[in-house]
Amino acid sequence: MTKGHYFLAAASLALVGCSTSGGAETQSASRKAPTSAANSSSSATAKAAFNKDPYPSTYKAYAGQPTAVRGATIFDGEGGRIDNGTILLLNGKVEAVGGAELVVPANYVVVDGQGKFVTPGIIDVHSHLGDYPSPGVEAHSDGNEMTSPTTPEVWSEHSVWPQDPGFSRALANGGVTALQILPGSANLMGGRSVTLKNVPSRTVQGMKFPNAPYGLKMACGENPKRVYGAKGRAPSTRMGNFAVNRQTWARAVSYKKKLDEGKAVERDLAMETLAGVLSGEILMHNHCYRADEMAQVVDMSKEFGYHVSTFHHAVEAYKIGDILARENICAALWADWWGFKMEGYDSVPENVPMVHQAGACTIVHSDDENQIQRLNQEAAKALRAGRRMGMTISDETAWTWLGINPAKALGIDKVTGSLKAGKMADVVLWNGHPFSAYTRPEKVWVDGAMLYDANNPKLRPVSDFELGQPGEGDVK
Amino acid sequence: MSRMMVKTAALTAVLAMVSALSATSVSAQDVAIRNAKLVIGDGSAPIDGGTVVVRGGKIVAAGAHVAVPAGVTVVNAAGAWVTPGIVAAFSRVGLVEVDAVDGTNDRGASRSRFSAGLDISPALNPMGSPVAVNRAAGVTRAIVAPSESSNIFAGQGAVVDLGDDMDMVTRPRALQFISFGEAGSSKAGGSRAATFLLFREQLLAARSYARNPASLAEWSNGAMIQRADADALVAVIDGKVPLFVRVDRASDILNVLKLRSDFPALKLVLVGVTEGWLVARELAAGKVPVIVSPLTDLPGNFERLGATQSNAGRLAAAGVAVSVGVFDDDDAHKMGYTTQYAGNLVALNRIAGASGLSWDQAFAAISSIPAKAVGMDGQIGSLQAGRVGDVVMWDNDPLELGSRPTMVWIDGKKQSLVTRQGRLRDRYITPSEGALPKAYVH
Repeated sequence: MTKGHYFLAAASLALVGCSTSGGAETQSASRKAPTSAANSSSSATAKAAFNKDPYPSTYKAYAGQPTAVRGATIFDGEGGRIDNGTILLLNGKVEAVGGAELVVPANYVVVDGQGKFVTPGIIDVHSHLGDYPSPGVEAHSDGNEMTSPTTPEVWSEHSVWPQDPGFSRALANGGVTALQILPGSANLMGGRSVTLKNVPSRTVQGMKFPNAPYGLKMACGENPKRVYGAKGRAPSTRMGNFAVNRQTWARAVSYKKKLDEGKAVERDLAMETLAGVLSGEILMHNHCYRADEMAQVVDMSKEFGYHVSTFHHAVEAYKIGDILARENICAALWADWWGFKMEGYDSVPENVPMVHQAGACTIVHSDDENQIQRLNQEAAKALRAGRRMGMTISDETAWTWLGINPAKALGIDKVTGSLKAGKMADVVLWNGHPFSAYTRPEKVWVDGAMLYDANNPKLRPVSDFELGQPGEGDVK
Repeated sequence: MSRMMVKTAALTAVLAMVSALSATSVSAQDVAIRNAKLVIGDGSAPIDGGTVVVRGGKIVAAGAHVAVPAGVTVVNAAGAWVTPGIVAAFSRVGLVEVDAVDGTNDRGASRSRFSAGLDISPALNPMGSPVAVNRAAGVTRAIVAPSESSNIFAGQGAVVDLGDDMDMVTRPRALQFISFGEAGSSKAGGSRAATFLLFREQLLAARSYARNPASLAEWSNGAMIQRADADALVAVIDGKVPLFVRVDRASDILNVLKLRSDFPALKLVLVGVTEGWLVARELAAGKVPVIVSPLTDLPGNFERLGATQSNAGRLAAAGVAVSVGVFDDDDAHKMGYTTQYAGNLVALNRIAGASGLSWDQAFAAISSIPAKAVGMDGQIGSLQAGRVGDVVMWDNDPLELGSRPTMVWIDGKKQSLVTRQGRLRDRYITPSEGALPKAYVH
């Protein structure tokens, strides 16, 4: 069993899993909390005397050549489609996207895209790569700080092992160019997430997505109450989950008030994170399966003045698509996972298209080192399920589930997630229709640098762990 | 693109016609499906305009020029894909409702004092919702194995059908299951050495018991088996019941192959076999069939360092009988992934340096090849005459993403495709409440 399923499905106390995370707001520009507590939003943390970015990104785009892909079908990631399209990449950015008439300057490398498809790189809002890396040995189990139900003070980037071979699989087989690494779901408040560029590096800082906002992972339901109930401490029930959360938020509101008033406060890493959520600069990613629990979380967010950017897993989101749309909350979903635990019992394969149809921001996510390699396939299954029930959703619209929507959830939609001039040249050339089982990525560019080419073994990343092992450099 | 797009309008019309036809013959068990894109499942290419005839619950003929006998219900497939039902090659279908709800999870019996003697047949629940969901995905038969006991042998699995009735077992005690490698070590006492010794001792004890039942007492202390376990192991030693072995590391695979030097009649079927491609020649020479979870491509532990999606293709190219299973990620609820995974192996043919399967091989790997691995290719897994009448008509290429059956027959009986998931979907097509609460929408 893979780690993901082990953590999710194993009927044991060890089962705290991977699937946690929270949602991000939909517009990076409007990330303010919607209620009164947000009134003094950004000024609050602005007065803090501490460095809010002590582990700054050192990511630098690798060199790319001016490149044109011609003749491909382009899904732009925002719902647009161009047949026989042309895309130009220059200096790490998308320079232009157009039809066959778009002129390719003389010095560009021209890639023939006839019969192929071009999309923005896939963005996975829910991954534990690096925190629960391969090999999944106990020494690598770094995703859940299971010593207190609320650990907003931990940062997942401090657990990420950049040598996890899963990153390269997600790039080469999955066309994933950016991903959010979340703490697990053992805790009500699992800690901060980090958003990465899917570019190998010696250091985590070398992968950090420049200027991406932080997220906070929260978890509803079975996992926290099971883990802490088994330790004989709160929470042991869903009402206990809410009580611990509310008490913690009340402290955070009070802490933030002191900050806003300019009063001297002791450094409190947990409260700093929560104050950041209340001010809207840290995005809330909330693992939550059941419809009734999501609705209660919405009220809790209003009680204390934060906004849930994304509900993750949200297996019952189809029951409350209207509420999610009204509250401007994204739902990050699997196509068809079900039955591994009680709160995953009411899954339907139409969840993704039904939430989409209700008008909510819909995302296909993985929470798994295997499915991150085929999120396009998961989206395709969901799309076909929707069409079978009579929906008319175009292929290019469905690509928003992998493109601009996850970018919005992570607050990086101004710079990536779609193929628009000026955005990062995070691009995948697929060797066929990306909603077919018979298709794989052929080339992947990140910030305009070609980092995977199916036809060039030299452009196939091999992590330190894999070097000198059986199968080193294999096609995988 | 071409394979993705179905002529939706035409197909819808056809389906309407087909369901009108079948509505008049709900209980009919003799059926001919004609004008199909017909897949036999034996590795041969699809036949356009093919016909399959089912009578008395069995296939009587299938092919291009098959006459439709008088008195059978005729279904015009209008060009739709028609295949044998999918055989889930290694699964826990029927043993689990909700994994994390212990009372509904009969995968393993880690606290039982019995091991090889355990028989999953009475644990199977044909009314469980995973049976219906997997049936609606086109899976009609499954090889079901227990996952573990307190000892190295997990117990006896069964071959089952996923029909909408209470009679689920096609063949009870159809296999014995054991894990070597890391999982086996943890049961045997902490090392691979202990696993191999315990394996040998238990089989010797069983053999001695078969010759002289009174001898078990002197063996069983060290060998840690009960009378019922010995009974089951005798059938394994004699090759009457295949021994399914979970094993992944290349060196472990070779050592498992060597077990036959002590017990030459063992019928081995290897499961997992993640590093099998490294010893493909030996597997082929030993004529040992394998069941792989084919998209496993990460070094999830130190016995899978060589993991690659090309494993299945390389093994098949070496002459190994390769079945495609779904067990490294889900083994009870999502057998529908079987077709997706098979389709992914076809995709590999277009990647330089990778090895995949042809479409025809890939379909055989989820139908006739697993049937043969469990010794039942004469009964299930293809549309050849004499096999059970497990037939599926699809809305698209069955290996393509999201393709679904439009009609399913098991033992010639037309099956309900209604699932609890479908009922939930229908209730929430409009999520907001109407004149009455949702509880009144049914």
